[in-house]
Amino acid sequence: MQNLASLLASLNGLAAGIFLLSAFGLLATRQIQGCVRFFRFQSLSLVASIFIIAIGIPVSDLIAVALLDLAIKPWFIPWLLRRYVPEEIFQRREIEQVFNIPSSLLIALILTLAAYFLAAPLPPAAVALASINVPVGLAGILLGVFMLAARREAVPQLIGIFAIENGSLLAGIGIAPRLPLVAEMAFPFDMLIIALVIGVLTRITHERVGTTEVGAMQSLREGTSK
Amino acid sequence: MMARSIGFNLLQIVFVIAFAPLVSGVLSRLKEMVQSRRGASVFQPYRDLRKLFNKDEVVSENASWIFRFTPYVVFVVPIFVTTLIPVLTSYPLFFAFMGDMLAGGFVLALGGFFATLAAIDTANPYGPMGASRTRMVGFLAEPVFMIVFFTVSFIAGSTIPYIVQQHWVTFSEFFAPSHVLLVFAFVMLILAEAGRIPVDNPAGHFELAMIDESKSLEYSGNGMALMKWGGQMKLLVLMCILLNVLVTPWGLAAGKSVAEVFLAMPLVLFKIGLFILVLVVIESSLAKLRLFRISEFLGAAFVTSVVAMITGLLRF
Repeated sequence: MQNLASLLASLNGLAAGIFLLSAFGLLATRQIQGCVRFFRFQSLSLVASIFIIAIGIPVSDLIAVALLDLAIKPWFIPWLLRRYVPEEIFQRREIEQVFNIPSSLLIALILTLAAYFLAAPLPPAAVALASINVPVGLAGILLGVFMLAARREAVPQLIGIFAIENGSLLAGIGIAPRLPLVAEMAFPFDMLIIALVIGVLTRITHERVGTTEVGAMQSLREGTSK
Repeated sequence: MMARSIGFNLLQIVFVIAFAPLVSGVLSRLKEMVQSRRGASVFQPYRDLRKLFNKDEVVSENASWIFRFTPYVVFVVPIFVTTLIPVLTSYPLFFAFMGDMLAGGFVLALGGFFATLAAIDTANPYGPMGASRTRMVGFLAEPVFMIVFFTVSFIAGSTIPYIVQQHWVTFSEFFAPSHVLLVFAFVMLILAEAGRIPVDNPAGHFELAMIDESKSLEYSGNGMALMKWGGQMKLLVLMCILLNVLVTPWGLAAGKSVAEVFLAMPLVLFKIGLFILVLVVIESSLAKLRLFRISEFLGAAFVTSVVAMITGLLRF
């Protein structure tokens, strides 16, 4: 029993490590397609972590949360994006970034360390198994915010918002694993609506303005024609 | 007892010297098979070595003693490292406490240093170009090496490879995030250090794109053979560090009898075979990176190792 608990803690730590790595990957890729792929990895490791905690405590509600997340985040949201965002955006290779990739990775590392030091004075997680979730989830939130600030394209920024949600869910599971299912269900559906709204908005912006680079949209244009 | 310990140490050296060409033969054969070509026999590296040892050597008149001396350094350096790491046994042998993993890294770097000097020595234009590229890859790989080694020694409480190796036997330690991520980072390091595909193409013969190969362009005969053999031994030694120290201590001889040590040989070769399969998949599915993208590849390795350090050391 002791062995199983420590094995589960290790596996949960591994899922958290892969979560953190894919958050770095989100910052480092040049292609929007790659961004979506890393978002998938991140969501899958989040689901793995929820599953492991659900087995370890055990709480049956968490399994439902994991299944819901498994259905929505890695599969349905990328499909929605493919469906509503114009194909041309996905084919573009290089994403505009404020910093180059090595320096944004270094900033991301500093943010991660900051997350660890911010999480250190907090009271320990509700379950010992999930103690790593709090700092890693916090780091996920910070990296998502950084991605939101550093990327200049609409779709990666949208994925940045999702990364923030992923991070807060990972940390939230560690802090309050026994939340009622109704409360947990609200977030994935919120995300769906965000994906749909921003996807449609991106499509219309792309049709009207011809670009979705947020950095390029600084001046007003007269009329609605192209 | 001491004589037997020294004997096992020598046996490990013989093992590395004897099987290094086979390992690279199997690697290139499997790679060609995956790319639906026939490829040369797995024993081709041995034939190449015999051919080269029988040939005359041509040395440029302008070359200094460094050029003549380097093949011996490149050949001897992996042997020194072999005495420090567990190749066949899981308990420390006679020379094990002569140096730790950092010493192994420094000794390997000595070979690289001499190879760089020799490449510049003949004033062949391609030599210095490849040498400076190797240095670039080398100094980008250096911080990753340091973080990997320091994290390993923090977690295992030692920098002696034989002692580190005992640490990951249990499953819960094996799947610890720091361990798995360290292994990822180290595999990326091996790809960079041994000149494998996302960083350098070992089968390429185009001088302008060469990184690692160009350093031995000027060599022929004996010198070429020693350089080649040394390079193959370096790959095998790095694989042994990865598999026997970092990934898993399973399959090594635990007892002190001669039979057990001999039994460990096929087991270690089997593990190396599995790793070769992984390497073949990596090399066949990735394209060689452009030179200025190598910093991003090693940056990814650095981030991986730092995440390993964070998840391993900053525990709550």
